[in-house]
Amino acid sequence: MKIHLKIWRQKDVLAEGQLVDYDLDEVDQHMSFLEMMDTLNEQLILKGEFPVEFDHDCREGICGACGMMINGQAHGPVAGLTACQLHMREFEDGATIYVEPFRARAFPVKRDLKIDRSAFDRIIRSGGFISANTGQPAEANTLLITHEDAESAFDSAACIGCGACVATCKNSSAALFTSAKISHLAKMPQGKKEAAKRVLTMVARMDAEGFGHCSNTEACEVKCPQGISVLNIARMNWEHTKAALLKD
Amino acid sequence: MELDAKIPEGPLEDKWSFYKAHAKLVNPANRKKLPVIVIGTGLSGASAAASLAEQGYPVQSFCFQDSARRAHSVAAQGGVNAAKNYQNDGDSVFRMFYDTLKGGDFRAREANVYRLAECSLSLIDQAVAQGVPFAREYGGYLSNRSFGGVQVSRTFYARGQTGQQLLLGAYQSLMRQVELGKVALYARHEMLDLVLIDGKAKGIIARNLDTGNIERYAAEAVVIATGGFGKIYYLSTLAMGCNGSAIWRAHKKGALMACPSWTQIHPTCLPQAGDYQSKLTLMSESLRNDGRIWVPKLADEKRAANDIPEEERDYYLERRYPSFGNLAPRDISSRAAKERIDAGFGVGAKQNAVYLDFSRAIKEQGMEKVKEKYGNLFSMYKKITADDAYAAPMKISPAAHFSMGGLWVDYELMTTIPGLFAVGEANFADHGANRLGANSLLQACVDGYFILPYTIANYLAGELKGEKATVNHPQFEIAEKQVNEQLNRLLAIRGTKTADHFHKELGKMLYDKCGLSRSAGGLNAAITGIQQLRKDFYTQLIVPGTAGEINAELEKAGRVADYLEIAELMCHDALSREESCGAHFREEYQTAEGEALRNDEEFCYVSAWEWTGADQPPVLHPEPLVFEFINLSVRSYT
Amino acid sequence: MKTILSSTLSRKNLMALTGLFLCFFLVIHLLGNLQLLLPPERAEGSFNYYSDLLSGNIFIMMISYVLYFSLVAHAVDALVITIRNKKAVSKYAYDDRKQVSKWYSRNMGILGSILLIFLIIHFKDFWYLYKFGTVPKDKEGYKNLYVVVIYAFKSWWYVLLYVFAMLALGYHLLHGFKSAVRTLGLYHPRYAGYVQIFGLIYSYAITIGFSIIPVYVHLTHFGLWN
Repeated sequence: MKIHLKIWRQKDVLAEGQLVDYDLDEVDQHMSFLEMMDTLNEQLILKGEFPVEFDHDCREGICGACGMMINGQAHGPVAGLTACQLHMREFEDGATIYVEPFRARAFPVKRDLKIDRSAFDRIIRSGGFISANTGQPAEANTLLITHEDAESAFDSAACIGCGACVATCKNSSAALFTSAKISHLAKMPQGKKEAAKRVLTMVARMDAEGFGHCSNTEACEVKCPQGISVLNIARMNWEHTKAALLKD
Repeated sequence: MELDAKIPEGPLEDKWSFYKAHAKLVNPANRKKLPVIVIGTGLSGASAAASLAEQGYPVQSFCFQDSARRAHSVAAQGGVNAAKNYQNDGDSVFRMFYDTLKGGDFRAREANVYRLAECSLSLIDQAVAQGVPFAREYGGYLSNRSFGGVQVSRTFYARGQTGQQLLLGAYQSLMRQVELGKVALYARHEMLDLVLIDGKAKGIIARNLDTGNIERYAAEAVVIATGGFGKIYYLSTLAMGCNGSAIWRAHKKGALMACPSWTQIHPTCLPQAGDYQSKLTLMSESLRNDGRIWVPKLADEKRAANDIPEEERDYYLERRYPSFGNLAPRDISSRAAKERIDAGFGVGAKQNAVYLDFSRAIKEQGMEKVKEKYGNLFSMYKKITADDAYAAPMKISPAAHFSMGGLWVDYELMTTIPGLFAVGEANFADHGANRLGANSLLQACVDGYFILPYTIANYLAGELKGEKATVNHPQFEIAEKQVNEQLNRLLAIRGTKTADHFHKELGKMLYDKCGLSRSAGGLNAAITGIQQLRKDFYTQLIVPGTAGEINAELEKAGRVADYLEIAELMCHDALSREESCGAHFREEYQTAEGEALRNDEEFCYVSAWEWTGADQPPVLHPEPLVFEFINLSVRSYT
Repeated sequence: MKTILSSTLSRKNLMALTGLFLCFFLVIHLLGNLQLLLPPERAEGSFNYYSDLLSGNIFIMMISYVLYFSLVAHAVDALVITIRNKKAVSKYAYDDRKQVSKWYSRNMGILGSILLIFLIIHFKDFWYLYKFGTVPKDKEGYKNLYVVVIYAFKSWWYVLLYVFAMLALGYHLLHGFKSAVRTLGLYHPRYAGYVQIFGLIYSYAITIGFSIIPVYVHLTHFGLWN
């Protein structure tokens, strides 16, 4: 199949960027989207041009590196996928495809489609952990966690940190990302001990990074490759109110 | 060079306790004078960095990804083994030790493997304390499943994302130390050289991938935790960025490489669909618990899977290995698949796959149960192939997956360079010639959380006296100059072929000649071929842009340059081992039934290789494997 | 306290609390207004008595101050939130994100602005007139707000304005109610589901209830049904 691409090119973080047109004539419909990008880059290099820089690594939807806007949607038109799991069979022959980086003030563009998501790391740093040192923890089965609680905690913990929630949010809110970690840990007895402190520091850091407010449009849940529920946001809100009110 | 594995004296079950009781310690006040560099933030790197920082050592942690959370440990699906015996089905540390050793075809050290099994108990406790949401029974107790190569249920899992959950646990511990100021984390930094001062590892040269700056970092010990190099085959289950560069640069500075050719080819991956393909996605081995593997009895079968009647299907694993059946270890399953595919019974458009069939499981357990167990894997399968595995069997084929080989390390996980440690998949240690499923997460964690923190202290205690390393030392100057020269060399070629082109060529050659089966003729041809390819690489490569900017092609080219050297060593390694063991199958050494024929008389050793210079043949230093506590047996799964 | 004032979550909590109070007020308001649907002879006395009761009672007065505060706080907080959100975002060259959310959930600010303009008109025409203007007395001696209301809906465009504003209100509530409950932290999947259904019914009831009154008044007094 043939496709026409309009890809965001930007030399570095300070440069002005723009959409640049590219045509690919022989695209196999079973190619993944990133393999299509590889093909384009191969051609660009051989023509003496600089290839399109984009984040990617595992190419199986779990590392969370490959964030990009495809046709104006985070990770492309299919829900529940990362860009690397998207295949060209989802597009029509002759289609025009827009490719842009995930955008938010908190996610500066480094080059082309590569972005800086270190704000997420700083949110986790601020409290997204259980303060358990390596050493001699208690026997695992002394801490009973029901099947349902473990599954529910897993649902929140499945976040891959790709940033699609921020990219698709009209306010660039990081509420889904932050709340997923807060909920994961608050749902488990070993995480409850620090729950109040955690939610206060993580929300404060989230705000300091410059993300917007959550408007509950639920777009994030739709575009989350792991289908993380917006109810995590409700839990974060509740935990936050509780912690803020009861703080010494 | 005489290799000393430094195995402690005493009975097998007391060796590690004995070591811990007698290892040197560093007083808490002195630890902050002993900085440590950790390369890689996967399970072994993050766990090591976090544990060392908790103890008070200033840690500098590096990863090439944009976040420590993206290291490829994240992709491990199935689970992590531990001899907890929660299922009361006869498991024990000794049995796990024996299974692992046997699974590795008796090509690993008894003491290391025993320690792995022993520490597996604490690892589950550790992970639970960190909040890893392992699967639970309804009453709240931890749940287990069975995995290939063993007859007990000892695998702990978090749905199909166990690696992700364990990694997040380690990552979170690491980030906690970063916030406390105990770890300086350098994401988007790639180690390009190791710096030795007076023969000891004292620092690294790294490239900041966001600016292109070449930077120097000094420390009193360096830990390499960069994972495996299975990506050398180009088509593999590994991430695009996985590479062998850190270990290779260390190797060229004097660290021996052990058994580099022992690569696990995973039996349950998605087959290649076209030449454009960049990776082969792994489908968790846990699928083999309920899935049955078969091919048609007729060669060149044209009918769809569901149209082939039961009696015309060949369940070849059940036929050849009745007691383990579909749960036969990975090397055996992969080889059996290759045997059928090569004999013309492969299925799929390229006839390069075998069927993995769930129809019986669905019939016996019901759709709901199968969905609950494997739902996410089935949906992943559908996302990639657009096929519905509930309705028709999956098509799977083997793909390069795990490097059992790596930097040679002693019992303390120290390489032959003093002060240079290697943990996790980057080292050669515990898996022998074949790794059992769900042992890789285990080894990575155990190395980082429970072993290195003791053994590195034993080394660092000796580094307290004497001058501390600084980046102003002339050795840093020299190493930085070499790094710049190599980068400029790659940029200056301005040829007509991309790094990927050479990588694909190399991968094909290596998979054919040094993959699932090897022969002297093939390996010799591969060595010549690789040497030629390397020449072509340095005359025909094209790398766009400059070294002073974000440049993924330059990163790739550097990695491929190293692969082109590693590949040759792999072939030498495979050629010198004139026996079949585990993943290493030499066509010349097999039984009449086509099973691996081990030669304990001559090859019961670890092949450790020394770098002797560019285009010079490597030198072999065998480390004999001594078995005091078990008898070597024929590894039979029939 | 600093946390409560400065956090994005707290700002949203203020939106939610003031919004839900306004939701509660709307119910009271609607119940009072439904008296206009009674036969004219009964409606007049009943409605005027009720209006007088609301303006005279000290308890109701206190509630009304909460109401005024809620209106102002809801609007000002919305402005603060919007300004900050604008700072957080970066524009896409090609944007099709609208596929994955409801238009009214993304445009609460526009809907809210429409409501604000409507409220100014609404306050001027009824509240201001009743409090500070000259209103004739009915036969019981109460200010005859009933007549004021009836004559207000004489012109069809004024009726249309009201119906349009009520549609905006409806969509504002459709998202606002659910969003408020989410913001306040109801995370239990089952109860969150119930509340969502309740919010849906509530929004429809308020919209339909407030919309039929001007239409009914117009048609019965000045239109076809007269």
